[in-house]
Amino acid sequence: MAHFTKATSVHDWLNQRMGIDTVRRVMATEYWIPKNINFLWAMGMVLAITFAMLLVSGIFLLMYYQPNVDLAFDSVNYTIMKEVDFGWLWRHVHGVAASVVFLIIYIHMFTGIYYGSYKKGREMIWISGMLLFVAFSAEAFSGYMLPWGQMSYWAGMVITNLFAGGSLHADGLVEWIRGDYVPAQAFLSRFFMLHVLLIPLAILGLIGLHFGALRIPHVNNQDGEDIDFEAEAAKYKAGDKAGSKVIAFVNDFMSKDMMVVGVYLVFFFYLVFYHYGFAMDPVNFDPADGLKTPAHIYPEWYFLWSYEILRPFSTDIGLMAFAFAQVIFMMLPFLDRSPNTVPASRRGLFRFWFWAMLIDMIVLTAMGKLPPEGAFSTIGLYAALTFIGLWILLPIITMLEKKA
Amino acid sequence: MKNSSRRGFMGKAFGAVAGVGAVASLYAMKKSWDPLPSVKAAGFTTLDMSAYKENELVTEKWRGKPIFVLKYTADMMASLDEKQKSRTIKIGSSDYMVCLGLCTHLGCIPGYNADEKTFLCACHGGMYDFTGDVTKAPPPRGLDIPPFKIDGEKLVLGEEGPEYKNMKETGVTL
Repeated sequence: MAHFTKATSVHDWLNQRMGIDTVRRVMATEYWIPKNINFLWAMGMVLAITFAMLLVSGIFLLMYYQPNVDLAFDSVNYTIMKEVDFGWLWRHVHGVAASVVFLIIYIHMFTGIYYGSYKKGREMIWISGMLLFVAFSAEAFSGYMLPWGQMSYWAGMVITNLFAGGSLHADGLVEWIRGDYVPAQAFLSRFFMLHVLLIPLAILGLIGLHFGALRIPHVNNQDGEDIDFEAEAAKYKAGDKAGSKVIAFVNDFMSKDMMVVGVYLVFFFYLVFYHYGFAMDPVNFDPADGLKTPAHIYPEWYFLWSYEILRPFSTDIGLMAFAFAQVIFMMLPFLDRSPNTVPASRRGLFRFWFWAMLIDMIVLTAMGKLPPEGAFSTIGLYAALTFIGLWILLPIITMLEKKA
Repeated sequence: MKNSSRRGFMGKAFGAVAGVGAVASLYAMKKSWDPLPSVKAAGFTTLDMSAYKENELVTEKWRGKPIFVLKYTADMMASLDEKQKSRTIKIGSSDYMVCLGLCTHLGCIPGYNADEKTFLCACHGGMYDFTGDVTKAPPPRGLDIPPFKIDGEKLVLGEEGPEYKNMKETGVTL
């Protein structure tokens, strides 16, 4: 049995029993971060803070929300918005955060792509990150059902119909997912369960995996330099902080991280207080009606690019293109055949690939929002074909790349 | 078995028991997500077909889905080709279109233009003629016809009568 002595303080009492000094050292003060990074490296913390805000605002919404097809709409639009003190605050924080979290996720992803942070031992960081993206997408979709407005209902109808697999006509699967022939009470209850319990649990687990995957390969840096973390950490601990290439996660890195978070939060609450409207679709302020389709059904902005890949094609090809778009980012570490882990600007054709992909996704997003008519359809079709073409080209151009 | 240790055997035995339990609980979980009996039992709707007016689209409700009912005028009946005839339901001396009012593309509800006698889906621009047959993509096929049984002047939706079975066999509907 371990040896215990009379504690000299609460800290010492806990430390004898739980080794809190060791935990702190391993997790914080001796967890090493390269110095050669920029503000884009703070996006992970920005995401963690945004997730925390979603969790807290969600807890308060959960106290008044009613997962019942007759009551849901009013419980959100009347009870929470008009009766509950500061109910509007939780709803607007929740809605704005759900939208902004995807903006940060996309910045976080494209930072990783630009600096090659998915290579040389960092593959699992990328894969766990993409799994988080899938989980956040499912969380966003299930949450979108809950106010039970017109957009909730019809988005639920259209997205669950995707599972029929086009010509496969797996209507039984669609009815199984809904628990009814159409989205109704069973559908709302189970998506409520998914939104408040199962998917958040999965997200928490995946965040653990994402952080764990980071531990051995460490954080990448602006030059993709292979840093000997042990040697550099030894230098830092010996007092040569200026000469060492690394700093401690806490407090050195964290202090800058939280500076970025501070700037972000000013922007975030500016949106919550003055510009929350972008996260609240006006069509969803009409209660769900299964006998009336809204004139245009479009998803939230963060799903538009994949929606636009589905839309220009006939049902089956569209579904295949859509399925391709959903999984292909996961494969990035294996499709990039170049051994170079340096910023895209130093990587031959890949630098053009990076910007082409980024611009193509912005074009897809814009076209997805516009009605599918005339020139917009044509641009959308070519942008969708470009997306697929770029992924086919990726292994070829990265194989041709010279060793940097 | 000869070479395996007692612990190895216990591990395998536990694995077998846990495997059976896991499969059994997956089955229970799958069944718990199935539509409830009450949901399934509510899946029948009876329509009185004598009440409809010519060339006036009426939307009924069956299993929470919109059902289009359209009684043809004499002109419409005269203009039918073979394919359109096969989609038509005859009750007494009148012809009707009875279809699921959901676009076969992604499930939006098309609108009916009584002057042009066509359906247009606003979501992605699909079009159908007055019998519900597709005339412009993206919908892959005409509007689906719900299972029906003719009972005198009445139509029971959710039951499969001989006329419906015939339509299904000949591929008129899914």
